[in-house]
Amino acid sequence: MKIKLIGEGETMQYLYIVMVVLLIISLILDRTKTWKSIQRGFKKLMKILPNYLKILVLLALVMSFSEDFIVEYLGTQNILLGGLLGLIIGSITMMPGFIAYPLAGVLLARGVSYTVIAAFVISLKMVGVVTYPLEKEYMGVKGTLYRNIASLIITVILTFMIGLYYGEVLF
Amino acid sequence: MKKNNKNHKLDYGIFIVFILFLLGSQLFKFDMGKVITDNFLIFARDMLLILPPAFIIIGLFEIWVSREKIENSFGSASGIKRYIYAILLAATTVGGTFVAFPVANSLYHKGADYSSVFTYITSASLVMIPMSIMEASIIGLEFTILRIGLSLPLVVISSIMLNKIFVKIKYDLPADV
Repeated sequence: MKIKLIGEGETMQYLYIVMVVLLIISLILDRTKTWKSIQRGFKKLMKILPNYLKILVLLALVMSFSEDFIVEYLGTQNILLGGLLGLIIGSITMMPGFIAYPLAGVLLARGVSYTVIAAFVISLKMVGVVTYPLEKEYMGVKGTLYRNIASLIITVILTFMIGLYYGEVLF
Repeated sequence: MKKNNKNHKLDYGIFIVFILFLLGSQLFKFDMGKVITDNFLIFARDMLLILPPAFIIIGLFEIWVSREKIENSFGSASGIKRYIYAILLAATTVGGTFVAFPVANSLYHKGADYSSVFTYITSASLVMIPMSIMEASIIGLEFTILRIGLSLPLVVISSIMLNKIFVKIKYDLPADV
């Protein structure tokens, strides 16, 4: 609980502090430009808002079904299968850290290997299937696809390397 | 443009139906609906708090920061330092990829090249400082150092490769979003 407070509250505060400081500097330098900046930001947000709402719905649904699934199926003794499942679930969904890490902690305590945890945690961060409706607006379809494919490949390499490091992937 | 508006109406429609479903679940004590509501609130609270200040900062960035400055730090002629800048910016971006996407697009239209943009987006979720601290405290410092240390070079290398592809096919990121 304490970790969550440090992670969440302070970064949020920091964002607001940065915004207020920048706005004050901007106001001192040029009032019209400040107003234009706020309008620009607001317009951009309104334009993209439906996409954020779409993802909000998708995430709430996916998360609700995946949490039990993760605890139940990632605990498999088979590293290859566990890693593959971790990779798939991690790629599809997206989670805030204060949910993902305690979940990973639970898995670890149950004896799930670092390799499987790595596959899950890293693909969670790097590959975003659910966030596609948002990413494609800013990066285009090709930009989104290529970046995610590259990220998936990197995740596989990293998982393998971490598995080697912890001596879990042996030949 | 018209097609876009229609899509947006559909999005808002779906969203309203979804909210009604969540409210209905509370009313009729539908358990799965309650779980979905909890998860929805987690993300909704984050977005509500993060997006308005993030977009105002993006607005300030677009109005105030000159193209020249971005070209010098993130452009194709700025050498290896653009990856360091991209990773530093990513480490301090609040809100992870949700905020990184619009920021990356603005950077690109100010003269950043693809390799900095891709490095930035991918590292935004990889090296976020508060999240990494949480990870180290739960999974272990060793794991976190290993993950970050191994991933950053790979992210930079893949971004350089993607840059080559996109320059070759003369790709342009969407404008006016």
